[in-house]
Amino acid sequence: MNEVRPEVTTAGPGQDGPAKDDTPVVSLRQVRKVYASAGGAKVALQDITFEVARGEFACVVGPSGAGKTTLLRTLAGLAQPTSGAALFEGAPLRSVPPGIGVVFQDYGRSLYPWLTVARNVDLPLRVRGVPRAERAHRVADVLASVGLADAGRSYPWQLSGGMQQRVAIARSLAYRPDLLLMDEPFASVDAQTRFELEDLILRVRQEFGVTVVFVTHDIDEAVYLADRVIAISRSPGVVTEVVDVTLARPRDQITTKADPAFARYREHLLGLVMNR
Amino acid sequence: MSSPSLSSPAGSALAVRVANSAAARALTRVWLFVVLFAVWWFWSAGSKSLYFPPLSSILKALWTQWVTGPARAELSSSLEHLLVGYVIAGLAGIGLGALLWSARYLRDATSPYLYFLYVLPAPVLVPAAMTLFGIGFTMKVVLIAFAALWPTLLNTLDGMRGVDQVKLDTARVLGVSPAGRVFRVVMPAAAPQIVAGLRNSLQVAIILMVVSEWEASSDGIGYYIVNAQQSFDYVGMWSGIIVLALIGTVANLLFVAAENRVLHWHYGARAVEGNR
Repeated sequence: MNEVRPEVTTAGPGQDGPAKDDTPVVSLRQVRKVYASAGGAKVALQDITFEVARGEFACVVGPSGAGKTTLLRTLAGLAQPTSGAALFEGAPLRSVPPGIGVVFQDYGRSLYPWLTVARNVDLPLRVRGVPRAERAHRVADVLASVGLADAGRSYPWQLSGGMQQRVAIARSLAYRPDLLLMDEPFASVDAQTRFELEDLILRVRQEFGVTVVFVTHDIDEAVYLADRVIAISRSPGVVTEVVDVTLARPRDQITTKADPAFARYREHLLGLVMNR
Repeated sequence: MSSPSLSSPAGSALAVRVANSAAARALTRVWLFVVLFAVWWFWSAGSKSLYFPPLSSILKALWTQWVTGPARAELSSSLEHLLVGYVIAGLAGIGLGALLWSARYLRDATSPYLYFLYVLPAPVLVPAAMTLFGIGFTMKVVLIAFAALWPTLLNTLDGMRGVDQVKLDTARVLGVSPAGRVFRVVMPAAAPQIVAGLRNSLQVAIILMVVSEWEASSDGIGYYIVNAQQSFDYVGMWSGIIVLALIGTVANLLFVAAENRVLHWHYGARAVEGNR
């Protein structure tokens, strides 16, 4: 990458670079979201309040039906809260701001099959008016970062599921967003690929200096990745607890998960999610 | 079919099988034509019937009338009507389809009338079109364009309504403008259905080309056929019918070639899906 970003620590809030402004990247205040449905109003989110600091990796966990996807769409500016406030870098989210990237769960639905891998990744740069030569350079760089240096000319559907999700990650990083939102991104790949992608996202998150909000129903994944885990409960969607995860970094699939502290986080969060 | 022999290397055995199957496919498609042609040729060879002239004389007329003779003018006049009418129908169908897709109110207000016009058999409009536009170029082009409009319009609308919400959300997140979303996402995503509509429109356009010419006209293939029939020139009549069949065939081949270029990604992705 040409542009050098401010350093990003791997630790939690309060340990960011000293010169960085400390406005939270994400700030939700008593967000409530109600959908009108055939059977009357359906409360997707009851009362959600939390903040995510710059450089932080936050995981949102909750059982299915807890409104995780609604929460992510609200964070992305794709949906407006019924009441309360959703702020991105201090400003209310009225539409999708240019500084947010989103990786959806289903890469098969979010990648564009009529574009090659390189053109998929190029699209956000093209619509931002980045000059052609720089675009080619940045596409090649970001594809190399996700381990797909040679896949640019392929079409997404010619790649395996894990590789397709790497393309989606590359596309959302290509324009260097401040915030990367991920909606159960690894839920539809096999376990081995999942571990690889988890390590990949930890690495690129550092390389690109991006704040991450990662939605998942998998407690192990949340603990392994996060600086903080935000547990939300099944409907009505409320934050039950925010857990700081202070496991050492860099994390490792074998040693981190063998750490007794990992098991304690896991047990605690599982209890929260299963409502015991 | 030769069974693959054990002694030959696998590669060449495969090559032989592929070559055989390609030859077999070609044979499957050709043999019936050859048989029917031969039956027609020999059965009609000595025919003295006015109504069923020998195939040899029909083919001769095909050459002397349509390739080197005066009917060339009818051919080019018909093709001109077809081309202009069809291009107008295609562009207007896609454009109006996109407009109705984007303007929900307009869609709801117009949809009953669209289907009303769609089910109206366009040939019955010939008298009305003649009253309004005379019997010249304009009348024919208007009729062809009007009749061929509906399949493309309705398929475009349908295809666009079926575009996956995730693909649209992705485009918003990537910063694609509303107009960009139509051209970069909605159009390509709906392209398979738009193309199906265009194919349908092509058939309708060819039918209307002939119908508009035989009602009241002084040029075109339809006019030639009717004129030949009314002046007991059955050789000429049959040659005109064969010309129409050839036009349909060539138009379809051109269409399929264009379709394979434009939708190669669609067929590629579908083939991959089928293998999974």
